[in-house]
Amino acid sequence: MTVSQATFLRPQQLKDVASRLRERGGRMQMVYAWHPEPDRTEVRYVVTEPNQHAFGIWSCDALGGVPSLAGIWPLMAWHEREVMDLFGVQFLDHPQPQPLVLHEGANPVRPPFDSAYPHDVTLQAEAAKQSIPEIAGAEADVQLLPFGPVRADVLESAEFIFFYIGEAILHYHPRLFFKHRGMEKRFEGLSADRAVILAERVSGVGSVAHALAYCQAVEAAANCIVPPRALFLRVLLAEMERLYNHLHYFGHLCHTTTLKVGEAEGKLLEEHAKQLNVRLTGSRFLRSILTIGGLRRDLSPDGWLGAELQRLRRDFSVYAERMENTDSHLDRLITTGKLDAHVAFDQGATGPVDRASGLDRDLRRDHAYAAYGQLSTAVAVRESGDAHARAQVRMGEIGASIALMQEALSRLPNGSVRVECSVMPKAEGLGWAESPRGTLFYAVHFDSQGKLARVKIKSPSFSNWRVFPYTVHDSNMMDYAINEASFGLTIAGCDR
Amino acid sequence: MPLWTLIGLLEGKQTAPWPLHDGADGQSGFIGMPRYHPERCGEGCDACAEVCPTHAITMRPSDKDRPLDIDYGRCIVCQLCTEACPTQAMMPSSDWAFGARRREDLIWKEQPQTSTSIRGKPVSTFRRSLHIRHVDAGSCNGCESELQALNNPFYNLHRLGIFFTASPRFADLLLVTGPVTYAMLNPLRATYEAMAEPRWVMAVGTCAVSGGVAEGGYSCGHGLEGVLPVDVYLPGCPPNPAAIIHSLLMFLNRMPQRVRGGQLAE
Repeated sequence: MTVSQATFLRPQQLKDVASRLRERGGRMQMVYAWHPEPDRTEVRYVVTEPNQHAFGIWSCDALGGVPSLAGIWPLMAWHEREVMDLFGVQFLDHPQPQPLVLHEGANPVRPPFDSAYPHDVTLQAEAAKQSIPEIAGAEADVQLLPFGPVRADVLESAEFIFFYIGEAILHYHPRLFFKHRGMEKRFEGLSADRAVILAERVSGVGSVAHALAYCQAVEAAANCIVPPRALFLRVLLAEMERLYNHLHYFGHLCHTTTLKVGEAEGKLLEEHAKQLNVRLTGSRFLRSILTIGGLRRDLSPDGWLGAELQRLRRDFSVYAERMENTDSHLDRLITTGKLDAHVAFDQGATGPVDRASGLDRDLRRDHAYAAYGQLSTAVAVRESGDAHARAQVRMGEIGASIALMQEALSRLPNGSVRVECSVMPKAEGLGWAESPRGTLFYAVHFDSQGKLARVKIKSPSFSNWRVFPYTVHDSNMMDYAINEASFGLTIAGCDR
Repeated sequence: MPLWTLIGLLEGKQTAPWPLHDGADGQSGFIGMPRYHPERCGEGCDACAEVCPTHAITMRPSDKDRPLDIDYGRCIVCQLCTEACPTQAMMPSSDWAFGARRREDLIWKEQPQTSTSIRGKPVSTFRRSLHIRHVDAGSCNGCESELQALNNPFYNLHRLGIFFTASPRFADLLLVTGPVTYAMLNPLRATYEAMAEPRWVMAVGTCAVSGGVAEGGYSCGHGLEGVLPVDVYLPGCPPNPAAIIHSLLMFLNRMPQRVRGGQLAE
């Protein structure tokens, strides 16, 4: 959980250092900005060094702008646009410098994270329509379908823009961030323990992953050692979250392939899992349990949870086998929405999406946290990169997740579940978790009073929404919903 | 596909008997809104108000008998007050049926009105069928997860004659989640305008009722307050599926409202 000391770089060094990271097999994770002092802005890069547990941190003064790294690491394009919108930092030679997080027409008087931004002044409801590039001349037969932000059924808000001819999609553009709530800013000024409540509410179906990554970031900043029982119970909670999310995924996937009974069965299993969550914690989303230094109260999974999980595992394996033997279902998944490994890598795919394209990465194993290092974490990987591979990775993860929980239950240590943590003024820390959807980071910075000065959240759906359009361009309308379901994206996590 | 149907049939009925018949509602063990016992308050104690992240609890320094104002329309069920209270004046409870027709019913009162008829005048038009248009105005996706659960076999909302519809033109009820972000304000209003009259609005989740944790700031409003007229308020973070079903049936006058003055009728 240690944060390696930040390496200070000059703007003109950045491109060179980023290229060398790529050459030695590392990976860029994200960039964010913060104000070390009210009138100074610094950008921070978080990078994976090959075969190292700790993440590298690069730091660079943002005055006068910094070079865009999108040409070397395409995944950085969105991160940089977000920093431009919210902090007003200039990324020089950015290939696509349009607003991303703030909609056109929002017209903030200053960037919202500017220390002089007037307190609680809400942005204007957008007046301007988004400017969409023309894809063909007026005489061509290309049609434009803007779908959303209010879509059919109970779904999260986003607008999807299709350029198409008949069934063929020429170009696809998801317009997100309608749900941007400015959550990162809401952390500022809070005490570390109070803000756990906020982290739990960034992405509802990722409540545990968010609270866990946040707590771990604060614990890293405070050099706090969490008791072993709490570490094991945290693994249990995180895997319970993965379980109900993945079960929901299959219910929804069957919905899109019109396998009606399969849909009902997946959603029923999800309901069973959520009711187990209630029995364990009193909350269907496993909320109000995690806190800085451990757990808010002890849990008693002994004597019942193991048997319930065993039953769920049996039910799921029958269900999964039936899906894998249903031609009408498989016909819609195999070869649909193929994501090549190099696109997945360059554009920053994460989680099951990443692993379905042959990239064997999982924070639980590669950057172990909580009690994962003491348990055997099997990682499911597939090579083909299509919707079927993405479903199969999640199938594998359900089995592995239940096995992991059983192991954690059998070795659950006794003892306290919480230790007092105190954060020194000006401390900072980085926390991470492999959420059901992939890599989640929290970076926290404290001010001179020991209150939160800046919290940055890198959610897995932010990464995967960036990647998703690459599997939609040049596909067809009939496969769209199936392909989208196979990615298992949330919008709340992406938009924050 | 026939195999799926056969196996599905062999598995038998999975739907909860509640609310049509007595029996399990699937919510046992659920921790709901904290219960307030004013007589247990320590003098000058403000521990609960101090920790409350959404200011659902505020102090009334002038009143010794009832030192706190509690607005359950702002409660996000985080349970911090129940942990902070040294005298067990705020206690964890299983109370989740907090759907209310009037905003003031969610504010704690010493002697809640019980004299008025608990069943209102039935809206006969909707006794058998209700069509809902849902709009996510910036939720965390927790409320959507529970709304999606309504159509799983366990709750099976269709059996109650309640349906989600794609077009606002066919909808009777607009169901809104989220604190209403600046970018969703116009799409939300446009959806309401597209609905034929008579039309009703239900605020689901504390964010839609009052703003929740994301309230204010550069991007969010205060829920539906001042945006649309609200007919049913359902706080919760998120409200569980049974609470949503109860509120829908309450709206249809098929179940009584249970909360009065921030307390559930037994």
